[in-house]
Amino acid sequence: MTLAGSRTRRSLVLMWRGMRAHPGTYVLAVSASALFGAMTVGVSRAVGWATDAVVVPAIAGDEAARGRIWVAGAVLGAVALTLALSVAGRRVWAGYGFADNIADHRSALTTQYLRLPVSWHRAHPAGQLLNHTTSDAEAANGVFNPLPFALGVVVMIVTAVVMLFSIDPWLALAALVIFPVTVVANTIYQRYMSPAVTRAQQLRGDVADVAHESFEAALLVKALGTEAREEDRFAATAGDLRAANVRVGVVRAIFDPVIQNLPAVGTLVVLAVGTWRATTGDVEAGDVVSAAYLLTMMTVPLMAFGWVLGELPRALVGYDRISEVVDAGGELTYGTRRLPTSEGGLGVRFEQVGVDVETTGLEPGTRTLLDGVDLVVPAGATVAVVGPTGAGKTTLVSLLARLSDPTRGRILLDGTDARELAAGEIPAHVSLVTQSTFVFEDSVRANITLADHGAEGSPSDEQVWEALRLARLDDTVRAHPDGLDAPLGERGANLSGGQRQRLAIARALVRRPRLLVLDDATSAVDPRVEQAILRGLAERSAVPGGDAAGTTVIMVAYRMSSVALADTVVHLDDGGVVDVGPHAELMARDPGYRELATAYQAEAERREKAADQAGHDDELQEAAR
Amino acid sequence: MSTTTAEPGAREDVLDANGARIESVSGLGVLATLRRGIQLSPEMLNGVWITLGLAVLAAGGKVVVPLAVQRTIDDGILASGGPDAGRVVALAAFAAVGLVLAGVCAALVNVRLFRSTEAGLATLRTRAFRHVHDLSTLTQNTERRGALVARVTNDVDTISLFVQWGGIMLLVSVLQILVATVLMAWYSPVLTAVVWVCFVPMFLFMRVGQRKVNAAYTLVRERVGAMLGAISESVVGAETVRAYGVSERTGRRISGAVEATRRAQRRSMELVAVVFSSGVFVANLVLAVVVVLGAWLGIGGALSAGEIVAFLFLVQLFTGPVQMGTEILNEMQNAVAGWRRVIAVVETPVEVTEAPDAVDLPRGPARVTLRDVRFAYSGGPDVLHGVSLDIPARTKVAVVGQTGSGKTTIAKLVTRLMDPVEGAVELDGTDLRRVSFASLRERVVLVPQEGFLFDGTVLENAAYGLRGATDAGPATPQEERAVVAGAFAELGLTDWVDTLPDGLDTQVGQRGEALSAGERQLVAIARAFLAAPDLLVLDEATSAVDPAAEVRIARALDSLTAGRSTITIAHRLSTAEAADLVVVVDAGEIVETGPHAELVAAGGIYSRMHASWVAQTR
Repeated sequence: MTLAGSRTRRSLVLMWRGMRAHPGTYVLAVSASALFGAMTVGVSRAVGWATDAVVVPAIAGDEAARGRIWVAGAVLGAVALTLALSVAGRRVWAGYGFADNIADHRSALTTQYLRLPVSWHRAHPAGQLLNHTTSDAEAANGVFNPLPFALGVVVMIVTAVVMLFSIDPWLALAALVIFPVTVVANTIYQRYMSPAVTRAQQLRGDVADVAHESFEAALLVKALGTEAREEDRFAATAGDLRAANVRVGVVRAIFDPVIQNLPAVGTLVVLAVGTWRATTGDVEAGDVVSAAYLLTMMTVPLMAFGWVLGELPRALVGYDRISEVVDAGGELTYGTRRLPTSEGGLGVRFEQVGVDVETTGLEPGTRTLLDGVDLVVPAGATVAVVGPTGAGKTTLVSLLARLSDPTRGRILLDGTDARELAAGEIPAHVSLVTQSTFVFEDSVRANITLADHGAEGSPSDEQVWEALRLARLDDTVRAHPDGLDAPLGERGANLSGGQRQRLAIARALVRRPRLLVLDDATSAVDPRVEQAILRGLAERSAVPGGDAAGTTVIMVAYRMSSVALADTVVHLDDGGVVDVGPHAELMARDPGYRELATAYQAEAERREKAADQAGHDDELQEAAR
Repeated sequence: MSTTTAEPGAREDVLDANGARIESVSGLGVLATLRRGIQLSPEMLNGVWITLGLAVLAAGGKVVVPLAVQRTIDDGILASGGPDAGRVVALAAFAAVGLVLAGVCAALVNVRLFRSTEAGLATLRTRAFRHVHDLSTLTQNTERRGALVARVTNDVDTISLFVQWGGIMLLVSVLQILVATVLMAWYSPVLTAVVWVCFVPMFLFMRVGQRKVNAAYTLVRERVGAMLGAISESVVGAETVRAYGVSERTGRRISGAVEATRRAQRRSMELVAVVFSSGVFVANLVLAVVVVLGAWLGIGGALSAGEIVAFLFLVQLFTGPVQMGTEILNEMQNAVAGWRRVIAVVETPVEVTEAPDAVDLPRGPARVTLRDVRFAYSGGPDVLHGVSLDIPARTKVAVVGQTGSGKTTIAKLVTRLMDPVEGAVELDGTDLRRVSFASLRERVVLVPQEGFLFDGTVLENAAYGLRGATDAGPATPQEERAVVAGAFAELGLTDWVDTLPDGLDTQVGQRGEALSAGERQLVAIARAFLAAPDLLVLDEATSAVDPAAEVRIARALDSLTAGRSTITIAHRLSTAEAADLVVVVDAGEIVETGPHAELVAAGGIYSRMHASWVAQTR
């Protein structure tokens, strides 16, 4: 959608695209505007005619003219009505065009927000993204408000110019002096305006960004009492925006009167040149007067063009900012392969998987988060991923839901490279429960099914209750008078951390995934409930009577009781697999794993020893006395 | 979700829809809104009289220039005896000077208006922003963040357009109407009266029309707010949307909001078009009336033909500003709609306020006392039923209990994120409600479960805890880096920092999402540690950290916070084992208090909890 070429070319393309998108609306708007132009001339003509042909003779005693008084009134009334209707039509259709074009931009932006990968979102502040859909969309389309007006009344300009030439070429050329002046004024204007308005739109985004982030951080700000600091941060950005807006205002403040007064300047030039032509006898005095009046006729259309020119720099900046998002690449590409539908678990294989990220700090380069990971998880197995904070566990498991792709190696799901699977295949078979749960502002049911109530293929209420029961959230929901229809506030504000995590687990379970990935998904759930949930999962994955293996579960876990439920433990450290095997074997041969697994126990023992030692010291001191 | 009766304690963190929330618009009328708006941004009136004077001059130029042109034509070009070049040049020069002066005045007016309104709007934005932070967290949670952002950005922007030219032009238009009326009355009082009568129905219609326009614009503002709420879900929830492949449905919800906004916008455009064009209609219809009536009056001998022609010219001077006025009033409705939404934020009462006679407490070991504290969220049942607790200075307390038992409520009361309904929370014997905010936040710091990070580096986020301390704080960036690195070292986290792509300079991404939840918590702990409070309240602050790191941090905090008090809320009972005092909360009451060993021996709730904990971890 990016615009290329000179500024003029980009401006024209921008306006053309907007009108092309809604041709019917703009044909009507421009026609109404042309009718308005004609009627503006019509009103002065009608008044002139009524005065000369009716009022003056009527007062002078002309009986026929007296009889035409009502006719004159009716004609003027009809012209007034037509004029008003043309104004209404022009504004309604211009307004429709504006609203429709903005909606188009908003749709294009939000479609892209949904398409671009998580990594892109991490790099783009939410406040800025929201601001694209409001301030930038409004800026990009602001030009469409005066545009139909200007295009419609272009007829008036053409008519006036033709008539001027028919009067006297010299007078016409004198009058047309205002056009090159307009071009020069506009060139200067654009030169100053473009950087000013670019900065203002950027700062608008920054203000939204600071506000959004600061409101997200509300609890932290309260907890640390840094309200004043946040206020300063916001006020500084708002102050920059103020300065930028004033700068834009000053440029506009100078440009607007120049453009608006150009017709008057033209009139004066025509009068001066006209006087010279009249004194030499080349034109009649009356011709000069006619030429001057023709210029006043151009006032309205020139003003409308002034508005269009005035809005263009802002429109280009807004449009460019939107294009950057709409043209952004990097969304994941999908293949065409499908996974066989089966009740059984999914087999997973990591082949020499590595993930690098670009570093943006002092030394730009890349840093390896995962390297050389080889892992085979048979269908139906339960695997625990254990490792210190920052070992790469989250990176590893998020690859399974294809939130991103590995830099090296490949991940096979039932033998198929994850990248070759068709869009929608992975979510249909794999459920990832992330560490922090995102709750939609919707009902409990919709938050679990993530589908419209009663939509085809969406889980039934029984299935939802079953998932809630497995996640041990059923009692809580049942206690609410609205049950499954109970509304959840934005981001699940009315749920505790543990409740949110259980909601997320229910959300995953209801999909009956063939691979369930839990990324430390029970950290806020108390241990007994966690045990109940995990045991419930284990029971369910043992498909009754089925010969196929049950759901494959890969979980990041810290509690040894959870780890104990796993068939296999993967010990991950510093981006690499240290050891793989059953818990007992790792305890026996992997000291790093032993340290993690027994951390609490060791600490308790250390503390007891210290207490004994302290007691012993006291005894010694007493004995010494 | 309020899980009211069955599990009263589950209302911990539960928010009530009946609770305090920001109204979507203030209930003020149009004039009251303007008055209140200007009161909130007094800068808007800076030098308004000079600006108005310049505006009158600029408007005067709009009359003088056409007059001068007219004279040039009549006296210069159409002069009897042929065009009078000297006169034309003189008059044209006069008009040119008038033109330049009027242009300069107009430019000055614009510049002055931009300066004063932008100053006023910056103040308004900042005020509304600060007020959102001053409101209790309850209010912030019921309000959609996306919509709140709109109130300090887009809603404020709608005000600017009107204020930047509307207010002054409205006054100038009124002035022009008055001048034109006087001039018209000089020619014909009867016709003038008729002209005014013609406009009466229009004014009445306008009142109704404006009200509808106002409602339509208000709807647009609300729809934009709702739309931002929907879009913000797709942005902040990007990970969930991808993981569950629900882009299509999320997209549908957003499309619905975009479409609703579009419809509201179209509707407002229709109304504005109708109101404006009806003004155009009346203004031009008046010409017909004047022609007909003037002709009859002329026939009766009351007016000459020349007077009628002159009157027709004046009528157009009259109807011009009337149409302008209609346009400005329409624009004003848009501004008022935006203004009302911003004012509604500022007018929302703050629940937790600083007492006028609030005192600063001296720094030092903190003692916390809860006296018969009862707490309920507005309209809900009690979450805490008269809890009393004394935490002596230099004590490490662990608060344990089931999910929803009221633990987090205690944390929020001790840090005064909320006030008790009954009873009191005291710090060193002083009711928290009488302690100044500055002093309270300096001494008491809460570390919430979800370690929120700002987009920036690990270093910047940890240094945020220094809270811009100037006295004892690091003076240079080098010192700051050293202090932060020192904190990570003391917490035993240097190894972890070294595993980060750029060490302390690692970018954490939006909301810190480039780090894992556990890593975010590590930064949050360092941040709180650097804040150096007398009382540290940790609410599940290490829930996502690996056990070895958790134990290391706990041990580090123990030795480093000697002389300080800590209140730790944790599911992992390793914290309780190390605490001086264990407080067991159940269903909104404190059921057991005492040292770990005593409670284990006592065989109550705690001993059972601990037994199951030991079973799980070993």
